[in-house]
Amino acid sequence: MNPRRILFTTQRILQQLRHDPRTIGLLLLVPSALTGLLAWTLSGRPGTFQTIGPQLLGVFPLIVMFLVTSVITLRERTVGTLERLFTLPLTKGEFITGYALAFALLAILQSILVATLSYTWYGLAHQGVPWRISLVALCAGLLGTAFGLALSAVAHTEFQAVQFMPAFILPQLLLCGLFVPVGQLPVALRLVADVLPMTAAIHAISNFQSTSYYAGQFAILVGFIFGGLGVGAATLRRRTK
Amino acid sequence: MIDVKDLRVIRQGNEILHELSFRAGAGELIGLLGPSGSGKSTLMRSLLGVQMLSGGTLQILERPAGSASLRGALGYVAQSSSVYLDLTVEENLRYFAGILHEPRSEVGRVLAVVSLTTLAGRVVSSLSGGERTRVSLATALLGSPPILVLDEPTVGLDPILRRDLWRTFDELAKSGTTVVVSSHVMDEAAHCARLLLLRDGRLLFDDSPAKLLAAAKSSSYDEAFERLIESQS
Ligand SMILES: Nc1ncnc2c1ncn2[C@@H]1O[C@H](COP(=O)(O)OP(=O)(O)O)[C@@H](O)[C@H]1O
Ligand SMILES: [Mg+2]
Repeated sequence: MNPRRILFTTQRILQQLRHDPRTIGLLLLVPSALTGLLAWTLSGRPGTFQTIGPQLLGVFPLIVMFLVTSVITLRERTVGTLERLFTLPLTKGEFITGYALAFALLAILQSILVATLSYTWYGLAHQGVPWRISLVALCAGLLGTAFGLALSAVAHTEFQAVQFMPAFILPQLLLCGLFVPVGQLPVALRLVADVLPMTAAIHAISNFQSTSYYAGQFAILVGFIFGGLGVGAATLRRRTK
Repeated sequence: MIDVKDLRVIRQGNEILHELSFRAGAGELIGLLGPSGSGKSTLMRSLLGVQMLSGGTLQILERPAGSASLRGALGYVAQSSSVYLDLTVEENLRYFAGILHEPRSEVGRVLAVVSLTTLAGRVVSSLSGGERTRVSLATALLGSPPILVLDEPTVGLDPILRRDLWRTFDELAKSGTTVVVSSHVMDEAAHCARLLLLRDGRLLFDDSPAKLLAAAKSSSYDEAFERLIESQS
């Protein structure tokens, strides 16, 4: 792994995004706007936003980053730039890490924006530490990136990539405890839910748990991030049939 | 420089290249000509090491094609201009130069070679097809690689630009670079020192353009190619 080539790749991806201000705007603003909308809809039921607001901070970044990453990487695979890069001294690991860094940076900005707005404007008064919430939001964004990279290998067109979103996100959303607490799910579903990354993100935000409990949930998240990046790297082929 | 022996490529059950063999030395300007679908791109991708081979051997600079140590030793212009459409010309070149560990000055040099200096700040998606091809060509020239593999770089360009590009290829070859250029337009044969004619994945002819015309007793490359096919069937 050569840090220079990784950083060149990160810089190139950020430059691509800079030429596309609309995407950056959507990336940064959509999660904040959705959280604000949610706070507003719940304004007649004080307390509810305090419970589910923080949890959604882990959901929106995941969805947004998943979509953006899968489409951008897919484009790279179909336009031929990926094949071109593979004739050059760039390794798969450097390529994937370059992507992960670029989107990590966006995920950080996104999470700072959502957390700041939530605590100031939307009236979130979560007893948990704000940095833990920001960290979860960041992990969720990275997770979206990791899975987006992996997905770009399976999807053949950008249209397919977008179609994968509900198939990938909605089951996790149903099982993560937002609608029915994980403890009340049928046993088989609970076993699945307990190891899903979105559940871990929401558990990591919950209150009144021990440090080791949080550490465990973050470990699941980080495991999925690296797993997704690993799958993404493994599906890149220097030689094609 | 290039040593291809009994190269076979099978894609999705179809044999695309049938036991192809040829060698090329330093400073050769080789035209890889053949109709669309004859296997030119597949052969070029094989040289680059991004195509899975089904048989035979392919050595580049004494190493198997696709070796890690060969990355960057071959400049490549793919048939579809494989540059980032949403970056400027200069941003594209800076990125590829960075990956190749070439200094920034190299970017200015290759832009001048393909006469794109004035368009350096333009986003590639706003350029014409010919200009995009030249951006792609500029990335291939970064670091002056000893071998250039150019897949139909002159297709769709106006005659003046085509002539200028062939002059550039000629100069590169004279300076010792092995240049392999593909085209489906037979008349481009006139610019090459050596022709490889490909049809249905088989090498029909490997010699100078003059020999091709003489053998066919014709003054047109199209006609000479037709006669060659007739004489072989
Ligand atoms: N991705 C692919 N999968 C299977 N066959 C392919 C693929 N791409 C091209 N071919 C086939 O390989 C043959 C040679 O194609 P190609 O090398 O692109 O020829 P050329 O560059 O001379 O036009 C054609 O018959 C084409 O249909
Ligand atoms: Mg072709």
